[in-house]
Order: sequence, then C-alpha cells, then structure tokens
Amino acid sequence: MAKLRQCAIYGKGGIGKSTTTQNLVSALAELGNNVMIVGCDPKADSTRLILHAKAQTTIMSLAAEAGSVEDLELEDVLKAGYRGIKCVESGGPEPGVGCAGRGVITAINFLEEEGAYDDELDFVFYDVLGDVVCGGFAMPIRENKAQEIYIVCSGEMMAMYAANNIAKGIVKYANSGSVRLAGLICNSRETAREDELISALAAKIGTTMIHFVPRDNVVQRAEIRRMTVIEYEPTAKQADEYRQLATKIRDNKNFVIPTPITMDELEELMMEFGIIDQEDESIIGVTAAAEATA
Amino acid sequence: MAALTKEETEALIQEVLEVYPEQARKDRAKHLAVNDQSLEKSNKCITSNRKSQPGVMTIRGCAYAGSKGVVWGPIKDMIHISHGPVGCGQYSRAGRRNYYVGTTGINTFGTMNFTSDFTEKDIVFGGDKKLAKIMHEIEELFPLNKGISIQSECPIGLIGDDIEAVAKKANKEIGKPVVPVRCEGFRGVSQSLGHHIANDAIRDWVLENRDGDETFATTPYDVAVIGDYNIGGDAWASRTLLEEMGLRVVAQWSGDGTIAEMEKTPKVKLNLIHCYRSMNYIARHMEEKYKIPWIEYNFFGPTKIAESLRKIAALFDETIQAGAEKVIAKYQAEYDAVIAKYKPRLQGKRVMLYVGGLRPRHVIGAYEDLGMEVVGTGYEFGHNDDYDRTIKEMGNATLIYDDVTGYEFEEFVKRVQPDLIGSGIKEKYIFQKMGIPFRQMHSWDYSGPYHGYDGFAIFARDMDMTLNNPCWKQVKVPWKTAESSNVAVAASA
Repeated sequence: MAKLRQCAIYGKGGIGKSTTTQNLVSALAELGNNVMIVGCDPKADSTRLILHAKAQTTIMSLAAEAGSVEDLELEDVLKAGYRGIKCVESGGPEPGVGCAGRGVITAINFLEEEGAYDDELDFVFYDVLGDVVCGGFAMPIRENKAQEIYIVCSGEMMAMYAANNIAKGIVKYANSGSVRLAGLICNSRETAREDELISALAAKIGTTMIHFVPRDNVVQRAEIRRMTVIEYEPTAKQADEYRQLATKIRDNKNFVIPTPITMDELEELMMEFGIIDQEDESIIGVTAAAEATA
Repeated sequence: MAALTKEETEALIQEVLEVYPEQARKDRAKHLAVNDQSLEKSNKCITSNRKSQPGVMTIRGCAYAGSKGVVWGPIKDMIHISHGPVGCGQYSRAGRRNYYVGTTGINTFGTMNFTSDFTEKDIVFGGDKKLAKIMHEIEELFPLNKGISIQSECPIGLIGDDIEAVAKKANKEIGKPVVPVRCEGFRGVSQSLGHHIANDAIRDWVLENRDGDETFATTPYDVAVIGDYNIGGDAWASRTLLEEMGLRVVAQWSGDGTIAEMEKTPKVKLNLIHCYRSMNYIARHMEEKYKIPWIEYNFFGPTKIAESLRKIAALFDETIQAGAEKVIAKYQAEYDAVIAKYKPRLQGKRVMLYVGGLRPRHVIGAYEDLGMEVVGTGYEFGHNDDYDRTIKEMGNATLIYDDVTGYEFEEFVKRVQPDLIGSGIKEKYIFQKMGIPFRQMHSWDYSGPYHGYDGFAIFARDMDMTLNNPCWKQVKVPWKTAESSNVAVAASA
C-alpha cells in the first residue's frame, strides 16, 4: 500500500475549511481511499457532515469525564461515518477558559500512542482552527505529522492576508522539518477576477491554486441536512468540483517551502486587482464628520 | 593564607571571567566586584536583580518559591494551596524549617502540602471549578483553618484562570479570607519578585480587613516583627528580647505567624523589619497608608543585637530605653562566656558566604564577634539596596558576587581558600568534597536558632564544631599536597 499522507487545512476563520475538508474527504473516499479527519478546534464541528451529528463527542471531553486521557480507548473517540471515513475531534474548553492549544497537543499525542494512524489509512486530514494563535495549533504541522498544508482562501482582502501569514508560519516549520505548502484552495466568494487573483498570489508565494471551488447553494442545502454534497446530491455540479479537487490533491506532487510576501507586495497585488485603492495619505485618521465639514 | 589585596582580588575576578564567551563575560563582569567601603552607592560597582545567563549554574529559585516558600507558607493557621501540578508543592513541602506551635492538621498546617494536582484536563478546560471545589473540601476536612491562600504555579498564568473571582466567591461562601496570589514561577528573574507579589497580596487582601475596627486595645509599645521566618526558632529567640525590654509584640510575620496577627499589624506603633529584601514592600506600604514607621534591625551576634536594641529603644520613651540596657546587661555574662569559649578556637578564621535575603550582610557581625572575618559575600536574588547596605559591613578588597555561578564560586574558593563556607544545600557537598568546612546557612544545617542571644550560643557552637572538626584533616585534596601548594604560592606571589 501507499505511504500515509498527512494533510492539514488552514485558513482564515469562517472561510469554509470544515465544509471544504469534509466534501473533499468524501470525494477521496469515493475514489476508494481510506481517510481519517482529525478536527483540531474546540468547537468540534469538523466531522458533523460525515457523521450526520450535531457535534462529535471529543477526546478531551471524554478524557475529562473518565479522569484522564490515559483512561480512554481508541474506539471511544474514533467514529466511522460516510463510506467508512474515520472521524475524531480533539475538542477543548469553552471560549475564555483553559488552554485549547494544549487540548490539540494532548489529543494528537493520544491518537499516535493508541495507533490511530494504522497501515490501512491513505490520508489523514487535520482541520485546524482559523488562527494559529499558539504552539498548540501548530501541532499538526510539527515533525512527523502533516507534511502537506492546504490553505483555504478567497479573493477577499483579509483571507489573503491570513493565507500569507499562514505561509510565514509554514516557513518556520519547513526549515526545521519536512512540512511543505501544497497549494491554495480558493473557496469562492465571487469577488472580481477571483481565480486570477488567487493564482497570482499563489505564484508569488511559490505555490499554485490547486482548485477554484465555485459558490453553490447546494452546499448550504446539504449542510442543513448535516451532509456533504457528495452524499446529499452526488449528481450535483458542485459534487464534481469537490471530486476534481480530490483528484488534484491525490495526484499533487508540488510541495514547496513557501516564499511569503511582504505587506507592501501584498497590497500592491490587491491594488492591481482593484481590491483596494491606491493609498491616499490625506484620508488616514480623518473621521466622517471631519470629512463632511472639509 | 594572607588576605588578597585589592589588585589581587581584581586580577582574580578577571581570571575567572576569562573562560566565558564574550557576551557572558560582559554580563558577569557587572555582577562581580571588589569591595570599596568609600562608596556610598553600590551601583557604582555592582549590578543585581538581572536575568541569569543561560548555561551557568545559578542557585536562584522562582516567584512561586518566593511567595509560597518564603512569605505565605509560614502563616500557620491558613491553608496554602499550591495551585497547579503536584510537584511544586510536594518538593518544597516542609523544607524550610520554619517552626510553629500548633497541632498540624488540626489548627495549623505548616508542614502539609495542599495542591490542586493539575492534570491535562485541568490545563485544557481550566482549573477554576476544581479550585472552588477544593476550598469547600478544605473547609469540611479542616474546619479550624483561618483562611486560604492560592499560590499560583506556572500554568495558571498561561491558561488565564480567574483565581481572583474564585477567591471572592469562596470568601463570601466560607466567610474567611481567601487570598489569590499571582506568583507564577516564570515571572521575574528570581524568587525576589515572588516576595513582592506576596507582599502586594497581603496589602490587597489582608491588611484592610480591620480598617475601621477599633476593638483591638492598643498600647504605646505595640510593635510587629516582620521578615523573621522562625527558622529553627529564630523568631522566638528574638521576640523574648523585645518583650523583655518592655515592648509588646502583637504580630510576628510570617514565621509561627497567623492571619489574625497580619490583620492587626496596621494598629502597631512601629514595624521591625529583619529580612528587608522580602518584606520591605509591605513596611513601606504601611508607612504610607497607616503612617507606621519601620526600621531594620539585626539580631545576629551580641554587637549587632545591642546596636539594634538601642536603635529600636531610641524610638520609644525612657522606660523602653532603660529596658534595652537592662536586657543587654542581663545577657552579658552569657554571651561573654560564649565568646570566651569559642573566640580562641575561631580567631582569625576566614569565611565566604553566599546566601539569600538578608544573611549575606546580617551574619557578618556575628562572625566578627567570634574573631572571624567574612572575606567574600553575595546575594542570590538581592537588589542594589541590599548591596548598598553591604559595602560598609565588608572589609576593603573583599569579594562581592551577585547571583554567583557554580563555576565562579568554586574558582573564588580555590584561590581565596577560606576556612569556612556558609551557603546552601546545593553548594554544600561540592565544598565538603574539596575539604572545606561548610555550614548550610539557609536552614542552619538542621540546627538553630541563630537569632538573639540564645541563638548566638548555638551559632558559635555550630561554627566551632564544623570548622574544628577533625574529619577535615582526613580529606586529601590536590592543592594541599606539598607540590601544588608551592604552585599556589608561586601564582599568588
């Protein structure tokens, strides 16, 4: 069998990482791959479309109940969903208490020690919280974990800022380990010339836009039913888009140490595409009221 | 061996510094000095209270050690929770020998370890709920406790637990003081910041408790003893002298201390500070807020004791001044006999010290009373106000070393060849193996008290039995062979 490929999905909060990951993973399963999703977000919403569940019971909540993580068995935390996709959620605290980052570290260590990464698996996907706020959320890209990073982004300004910042984070770990940037996934927000823009950004940071996923309401319709498009409406055009993404990722060989760009370069690129205007020094720090009287 | 001259001491420092890489050498050079009594301010010659260099063997502790181990821990009728994983509390439990009167586990808790025993799930989900539960368990199991303090270990500061909110709630429910202390170990450069944080917690959560309550009947002679940790009974040996001279000691911190004593301290007429380093903050606060003056005193050795008793008495009326003279006279035969017995055996012996808060300067007088000389001293976690107070106590051309590294201390000792070293447990065996008599001057080597006239007798006996122990003649060390001693003479010539 082929070597296990471990991939991590990063991107700005709310960009659609979890939805994209679950659709993509379903398409990979459809192609005959054995896949596991590891949700690395205290919200625990990375596997709901695969399991048709509100939120999977997480490693950390089970550990808290049982006393400690050592008291858990793998089958307590690992659930199989659509087409046998294995699902696990690290879990973590409510917002504002404790340390969610440590939850991710504890959960991933547990999975490794318990042998969750078995020989049968072809792919593991880590679906990680939007902002890599501390070391815990970088856990999936440390040595011997995910080696391919896919960044989900769109043509919106903040999504591109985030993508570039994540690329900076990858450089740090790429130089000390084997993690590589494997591509940008554009989850379209239907901004102007979005595919060109993301392709240009990808080129600048040394990678490619691996796929442009168009916007389609079927995704939301499927999600209301806690399903992926692949399962809910396999004949939908959007299902084919996810299948294309899956095929491209399966065949992807383009793994690079990214070359993140400076803020100035990024802003220049956005200006070029009309996302932001040429900076007008005279308006900086001027309130609306002041403008009206001027 | 003859004392080193100023030039020789300077050369020794340079020689020791030479092995360091450039950056470390530049840094360490600022922490080593040759004493010059003519200086008024120590910042002309030494830098202190800075981060230790990575890679050196520093002897410092952490902020948690400063708060739980030093300031709060000895308050005997409170329960001090080491909040975090089990090790910090367990490995510091009962190690400091601060004696107290009481029935441990019933109405006093000094040598016990209370911990929230954090595991992974407490880190991930936060420890506030567990902490709240612990306080109710404590109340149920140890109902005679007079209050609780929460001593934060490192993770508390990282995961952002709101221990203040838990403390306030528990205080309402239990009806006893509950004091949160943010003494996470990673804060600051040594245990010193822990002392300061602990002092601030006393200020914010304890001292005001009896403001406006005039039921405590005061006298003009009420004083508080602050910064005596009652190591081996030190505070007891000090307190008797103050009481005999006519003062009323209404509070004693924190050795054998209680929260009630802390709470009534704002009612006293004068605060007496023994360990300036760890308690000056609260003394200054009380001076500012309650207009209570404070003075430092030194109860090591008869010379300093008499000096201190007179200095304290001068702030009171003639009754107290006469009382001080009476105390000094009363014990004179006793301490004269101690000196008569031990001075001939210790005369001219040279001592090197390296300790914590006040001892690097406070014990010098006691050694001098026995005819001994302190030729090197330094502080683990002192600040420059400590060194300001040290310059005049030490002879000219003696060595001063701040946050000394293991390497520096060994090299200094090899060259200076003192007759006795006074330092901590981590240094003890190294120097004993070098054949040098050693006293553990943090815990008094399981002896004490050393404070007061009673303590001086024990101090003198201990120094004699260590220094003049026949065992040292049995230890063979390379530099005491004929050949190497010639080399040493040649090198210092």
